[in-house]
Parts: sequence; structure tokens; C-alpha cells
Amino acid sequence: MAQTFIEKLIARNIGADSVRAGNIVTLNVDRVMIHDIFIPFVASKFEEMGFSKLWDPDKVVLIYDHLVPASQTDDTRHFQVGNAFVEKYGMKNIHRSDGICHQLMTEAGYVKPGDVVFGTDSHTTTYGSVGAFSTGIGYTEMASILGTGKLWVKVPETIRVKITGKLASNVTSKDIILTLIGDLGADGATYKALEFVGDTVEDMTVASRMTIANMAIEAGAKCALFRADEKTAEYCQIPLTEKETGLYGDEDADYFQMIEYRAEDFVPVLACPSQVDKIRPARELKDIAIDQVFIGSCTNGRLEDLVAAAEILKGKKVAPFVKLIVTPASRKIYQQAAANGTLQILAEAGAMITHPACGLCCGRAGGILTDGERIVATNNRNFLGRMGTNKVEIYLASPKTAAASAVAGKIVPA
Amino acid sequence: MDQFTGTVWVLGDDIDTDIIIPTEYLALKTVEDMKPYGFYPLRPELPGLIRPGDIIVAGKNFGCGSSREQAPEIIKALGVSCVIAKSFARIFFRNSINNGLLLIENSHIQEAVKEGDRLTVHTNQYLEHEGRKYPIEALPDNLLDILNAGGLVKAMRKLNGLD
Repeated sequence: MAQTFIEKLIARNIGADSVRAGNIVTLNVDRVMIHDIFIPFVASKFEEMGFSKLWDPDKVVLIYDHLVPASQTDDTRHFQVGNAFVEKYGMKNIHRSDGICHQLMTEAGYVKPGDVVFGTDSHTTTYGSVGAFSTGIGYTEMASILGTGKLWVKVPETIRVKITGKLASNVTSKDIILTLIGDLGADGATYKALEFVGDTVEDMTVASRMTIANMAIEAGAKCALFRADEKTAEYCQIPLTEKETGLYGDEDADYFQMIEYRAEDFVPVLACPSQVDKIRPARELKDIAIDQVFIGSCTNGRLEDLVAAAEILKGKKVAPFVKLIVTPASRKIYQQAAANGTLQILAEAGAMITHPACGLCCGRAGGILTDGERIVATNNRNFLGRMGTNKVEIYLASPKTAAASAVAGKIVPA
Repeated sequence: MDQFTGTVWVLGDDIDTDIIIPTEYLALKTVEDMKPYGFYPLRPELPGLIRPGDIIVAGKNFGCGSSREQAPEIIKALGVSCVIAKSFARIFFRNSINNGLLLIENSHIQEAVKEGDRLTVHTNQYLEHEGRKYPIEALPDNLLDILNAGGLVKAMRKLNGLD
């Protein structure tokens, strides 16, 4: 019987021969991620529920990233609560300043193909890049998983996105996902799994797939899915067996929708203020002066993103009135970018390079803007008021378009 | 509660969780502390105007964005009895049920109501506005169980033999 990727993955997780989209099932959770903003709420709900121990301390990961380093005195309370929780319940997996949660979960080896993973953050969809089912939940549900190791889900229907051909050199996977969100709309994939196939996807690095999976939620999707291959195995540091490669959507499975793109048709695009699905080609946005550029986040703060920006910025200077903020997604990436000279190139071009963390993306610190200011940013959301006042204009773009715009002082295609 | 009536507040499409509660207020200690900042980027006056029992009527994709559970908690803390929207984002939907906030999907009432109107909800059956009835669907059993238990915390307390 033909099945979608998510149907196969869920059936395997619950030990069933098959499941169908629409079935309500209780999953066995392989890993959970909690970040600093929500740990106080998870901790209090967990105890209010009457639990006295974690279902499996090794399967729980706590990551400080949104509030690192603290920008307000009250932020430190989250670290105190988190540290006490780790101590009390015998947890080992804690990262206090290693980078952004969605980078660390795969980078530090917590997620493998076929896993079922939940996190207290909507961009938990990122781990679909390595073939896991992962999605965001609230802190109350997280507390219930910490006690039981289980969570109910409705098996989602699947939208299959097939991309074939070769991308132009100024186009990245960010342009693909922005274009798709524009075509689907911000609610176009609500409750659905987004499955990505085709030789363009197969040719992509895991890092580029992460960018796509990260933003699946911006079309409302429950998860994104990429079939595991040699690149996945190398990235996850596991052998590639049938267990990994056996998870994929059958051609003749029952899909909610099938979408096809030719890679050659993609161009550099931006999401315009203040909706992620308000997509316009960069070449049509003429003479839009900018005040700031942000290259970083769990969407586009990986080594290949910093290298791509450095290639454009090498030997050039950021426009005098533009502030360029670069935030590597993890300490490991920071060190790699330092070792290969990327940070040096960025610094010479005039970038401010920050510690690896969520930083400006969630609007708490490190470059907040005010009324009338405009930013080109590589993160995943341009919502009203996200990076300052509600009169800030946020344009989302690829690291290439962001770097080119930083030099031009206005929005230009990469 | 088989039926209840409330005053309507009208919001548009894609009301995201950053609008419902901006990130800069998320690390405040309690939902009560955050309550005055509900809907701050869009309509900062709303927390002062919403009265217990009021109803929010919105467009599509209500609650899109982050997983922050403070979003439904603040709406509930403001006294809103239910949110009626053309559609809801999935994490927000789960978070609302888990916190005992009733959500109703309906795509027709938006054309009829204006802010300040009175609207009656007949739970799991229909909405009533100026004599017209708008049918609504009942929630699935597993969600009703959580709502009826008074939210997920209470359901888990029951599981642990506490209540």
C-alpha cells in the first residue's frame, strides 16, 4: 500500500503496519528540546501536573539561546530555574552558550533520521532536514511529555514539493522557501507535512535543507521532510542503512497537493513588511534604502551562509550609514568561520560579529530598530514589531541578497 | 456551558503570536504581568477595553507564528470567552485547547458582525447573530476530553491521581 513519508515514519514509531492521514495516534517521543524562554513555565507546569521524575532524562535537551547573554536582569532568572531543574531531575544535556537550539539539536547529534522530536519553539520543524518528524509545541504539552514520553498527533496530509534542475549562482535555498511560502500563503500548508523531493533537493547540502525546513512553519506546516541520504548520514555521523533511506514518500501515495518547480525559474526574492508570504523579486524593489542588515539566525546563520556573504563582501565596504550585524548560529560555526578567514573578511567589510545566539531575530537585543527604520534580515519572520517598534520595516532575504544590499545601502539582488 | 453571549471584537487575517504578545514581554514573570501588552503592536488599547465574556472574531490563520503559549493564556486572562476565526494555526490551536480556551472555526460570521455587536455561541452547534444562525462543527472527542478536564494540566493531575 502506497504511503507518504510521514505515514511511514509514524507507523514505524508506533509499531503499526500503516497509518493514514487523519488518524489520531499517540507517538513515542525520541527527543525533546526546551529553550530558556519557556523553561520556567515547563518546570512549573511539570510539577503542577504532579510528576516527580522525567520519563527519560537523556532524551531531554535544555538550550539557553534566546536570552544569551542576558540583556535584562530578569533574564537571568530563566537560567537559575533551568539550572535547578537540570540538577533536580538528573539531566545531562544542557547547553548554556553553545548556540541556537535548532542548530545544536542536529549539530550536537541529538536528532537522527526517523526520530520523533518536539520542541518548545515553532521552528522545531528544522530537523525535518535530516528526515526526522519534528514540530513545535507549547510548554504545557512539553511538561506532559516530560512525564509520559508520549504525545498525540493527527497524522498530517502531505504537500509534495518537487524541484528539479540547477539553481542560479545568486539564488539559495532561502529563495526557494520564500517563493514557496509566497505561492502557498502563510496558512497554505496548515496542519500539513511539506515533503521535498527532486534532484535540486538531492544536490543541496544539509545546511541548505535546514533553511527550508526551518521556515516550513511560516506556511503553517506541521513539519518538513527530506529523505535521508549520504549527506545526512555524514552530517549526523551515522552509517546509512535501510532504516534511514527506507523513509520516503511513495510516488503513488495519496497527496493533498503536488507542486513542481524548475530550479532555473527561481530568482532572489524578499518577504516584504510585514507578512512572510508577501514575496517580491529583489529586482522589482528599487531604491529602497536600508539602515541595517542582519545575517544570522537558525534560518541562515550556518557556515555556508557566512561564507556566501563573505564572498560578496570581500574587498568591499558596507555602505557608511548601514549597520551590518552577523550572528553565527553556533559556537562551532563561529570557530569554523574564524578558522577559515570568513570572520576576518566580514569584519574588514565593516560587520559587527556577535556571539552565537538568537540575538536580533527575536527582537530582544543586539540591534533593535525604531520608527521609520528598515532592515534586510536573513531570519524567518518579519512580523509587525518583531525587531523593534511597529513602524520598523523588515525584509527577509537570503544571505547573498542581504550582503549585496549591505554594500549597496539599498535593496538589490545578489 | 451550553450557550453564552458576548460582545464582539473584530480582528483581521494572520493575527500572529508576536502581535498577541511581543517577545520583549515574554520573559515577564506571570501572564498577569504580560496581560497589559496583549495585542500591543496592533491595538495597544485592547487589554483595557476587553471585558470578561467578550468574543474575538477574526479572519484566517489566527495565532500563526511562534509556539508561545502565553498567546492563548493572555487571551483567556483578558476574559475572552472564545475566539472565532476562519482558521487557526496549529500550535496555537493545541495550546488553546490545553489551556481551556475555546476556539471555533467559522468562515461566514465575519461578513455579518461588526465590533461591539452581541453574539451568542451555542457550544458545538451554532453561532447566533441578529437572529441568523451559523452552524459550527463539534470538536473531536480527544480534544473535548482535555477541555472538559479543564485543560491538560488538570488532565495530567488526574492521571497522577492528584484530583
